[in-house]
Amino acid sequence: MAQIVLPKVTIPASSSVTSTAPGNELIGIHNLSLFYGNARALKDISLSIRERLVTAFIGPSGCGKSTLLRCLNRMNDLIDGVRIEGGVHIGGHNINDPDVDVIELRKRVGMVFQKSNPFPKSIYDNVAYGLRLQGMKARSDLDAAVEVSLSAAALWDEVKDRLHGSALGLSGGQQQRLCIARAIAVKPEIILMDEPASALDPIATSRIEDLILELKKNFTIVIVTHNMQQAARVSDHTAFFYMGELVEFGATSKIFTSPGQKRTEDYVTGRFG
Amino acid sequence: MEHLHSDLVELRQKLLTMASLAEVSVNQAVRALIDRDYDLAMQVHNSDHLIDRLEMEIDDASIHLLAKAPLAGDLRFVMVAMKISHNLERVGDEATKIAKRARELCQEPPVKMQLDFPRLTSLALDSLKSALDAFVHRDSAAARAIIPRDRQIDALNREINELLADFMVAHPEAVHRCLNLTVISKSLERIADHAKNMAEDVVYLCEAQDIRHSRIPPPSGAPDPLTAG
Amino acid sequence: MKASLDELSRPSRHFRTVRFDFVSFFFTGLTGLATFLILAILAVILANILFNGLPGLSWRFVSTIPKKDFFDPATTGVLPMIIGTTFRVLVMTLFVIPVGVTTAVYLTEYAPASALVTRIIRAAVNNLAGVPSIVFGLFGLGFFINFLGRNLDALLHNPGPVWGQPALIWASLTLAVMTLPVVIVATEESLKAIPPGLREASLALGATKLETILKIVLPQALPGILTGGILAVSRAAGEVAPILFTGVAYYMASLPHRLNDQFMDLGYHVFVLSTQSPDIEKTRSILFATVVVLLLLTFTLNFVAVLIRSRVRKKLRSLA
Repeated sequence: MAQIVLPKVTIPASSSVTSTAPGNELIGIHNLSLFYGNARALKDISLSIRERLVTAFIGPSGCGKSTLLRCLNRMNDLIDGVRIEGGVHIGGHNINDPDVDVIELRKRVGMVFQKSNPFPKSIYDNVAYGLRLQGMKARSDLDAAVEVSLSAAALWDEVKDRLHGSALGLSGGQQQRLCIARAIAVKPEIILMDEPASALDPIATSRIEDLILELKKNFTIVIVTHNMQQAARVSDHTAFFYMGELVEFGATSKIFTSPGQKRTEDYVTGRFG
Repeated sequence: MEHLHSDLVELRQKLLTMASLAEVSVNQAVRALIDRDYDLAMQVHNSDHLIDRLEMEIDDASIHLLAKAPLAGDLRFVMVAMKISHNLERVGDEATKIAKRARELCQEPPVKMQLDFPRLTSLALDSLKSALDAFVHRDSAAARAIIPRDRQIDALNREINELLADFMVAHPEAVHRCLNLTVISKSLERIADHAKNMAEDVVYLCEAQDIRHSRIPPPSGAPDPLTAG
Repeated sequence: MKASLDELSRPSRHFRTVRFDFVSFFFTGLTGLATFLILAILAVILANILFNGLPGLSWRFVSTIPKKDFFDPATTGVLPMIIGTTFRVLVMTLFVIPVGVTTAVYLTEYAPASALVTRIIRAAVNNLAGVPSIVFGLFGLGFFINFLGRNLDALLHNPGPVWGQPALIWASLTLAVMTLPVVIVATEESLKAIPPGLREASLALGATKLETILKIVLPQALPGILTGGILAVSRAAGEVAPILFTGVAYYMASLPHRLNDQFMDLGYHVFVLSTQSPDIEKTRSILFATVVVLLLLTFTLNFVAVLIRSRVRKKLRSLA
């Protein structure tokens, strides 16, 4: 499988952050609250996401995990009436500052959605979409980048003979891997995944999970999942949310074998939610 | 996850049944020894298969439970259930051994010597009962209290062995009976050992701490994101 | 009476005898009758037109520019009317599609749903759809010709009225205003049908809203936009009232070739033939023939548009 070589971390030019070793903090969330009008959806969240590790957000429906995920690439900006207090710092810079270019941010923080959403274009054009947005034109460059991304998403062998066929002709699991290839083609540092396997059958799910474990060598991954066994399988750290609050955050092995909070224990053992 | 929870309740019931059977076996074996009751000793022998069968049932139920992927406290409980059932099965075997040697001793005149068997038996029985009570009540502190007592029991067993060895040298006609007593003493010491193991398992169940083999530090696992870096 | 489980599971005795379901039959019959009725009416109309019109149809008929007396079947032709109708429809399309699509894109993608401005625009579009076509004709006269045209003439220092008079451009613009709601609604529907997931995916890759609309949303909405165009063309081709004051002429000796030319029109010609003819018996054949030509033209324009749309659809579905 082709390796994706990342450039150093350089969020908006003014910052002077140098490359961070695996395990150091990449995303710092400090006292983050989010309001839909007057309703408070996220209550004073603080947590630290480490570089090149997989962090999982778990919790019952409506606990705010997806909302928090979308704060990390400012996709909540698209919703009317959303107000944010507190800070999300990526590479040391608060992404909610007015001088931050949201477009640039979203190139650094990619997203894969619950329902796979490939564009109704060819497989090639899907993967090349982000690259073309950034101005890459030369056919040879695009060809190479498309191959690298599809290989890294464990899809190359299956589609290399029909790159110009419609993306909609792929199976559900393949489409989701295509969406992953599309996201990693623009070489983000962080990949956000919102329940990426919830619409897939067990075999496709397991391939996505294997992919996540492989991708974490080069990317920092944050995954929202309602499947606790999945969180236990793929993540290094797990954060448990309930009703907009962060209840517990720690090493995955600890959360799932001996959580500190009773609410976490009750949720994880299925006594509620 | 209702089916999982009811399965866990069933597993616990089986364990409690097995525990009480094992405890009864040990008590009966010791009683048979003290009272020189041949029939009681046979009873112990005959009911050992019940304990063995429960071990198999518990292992089977545990595997099926693990397939349902329990987590946290439930996961620790299933692990501990399997370990305790193995310990209880060995306790049952030791009780059977004691009963067998007791039957042989019944058929011969009693040995005339001062041995602190009563203290050994009461310490061993006490350890077993405490361990099982700690499991039933999930009492971590009580379980921890059992562990140091094991040293005492080991020492007592060694003491009895030495006394018996000396006696055998002095009274060769009593060798057969002395050997039986040695075996019984060893069995009682083993029962106390198993009680200690079960106590350690109870501590793991309650506190998620592995306190076995205290001279080795426990494994470290993934770095804590809140403190590391 | 308590029904035991056994009774419930035993097959009913009346299984074999199928009772005739009158109600279903009745309603099936009613809907079939209605369909047949509609088709029959259409067939009768078409048959009447074709029966009366086909005899007068000939290659000479569709390729001749008639003299001022166009009531004589032997010498008349409808070429200028064909050209006139086609041109005005095409010019209308050039205006109505961009304006309509842009408005629809604004309403769907940019306008905040609850804002007052949005609601005013929507109300305006809805009301526009209900305005009678003759009113559009008067509007075209008053606004395009008298206001825009005259002022343009003044600006360009034209000696006489060049733009301030009935012209192809003003008629086309009037038709564009009339068919605007159709295009807007069709475009909006097709935009709304695009799942929001596609937009989100594009934005999440670092595209701006405009890039997302141009590269993902509009291409996907193209069939719907073309449908709006087809509907606009169908309506406009047959409309006479809006062009009455804005550009149609009783008689033009030559074909229209400039935007400020007047033009002849098939629909208007039918009206002229049926009301101005000195000898209605003689003219009847030309009349019906003109109607046939108008229908054929409309069908052809539609057909071309539908062809384009189906190719676009095929391309969207499979990119082999």
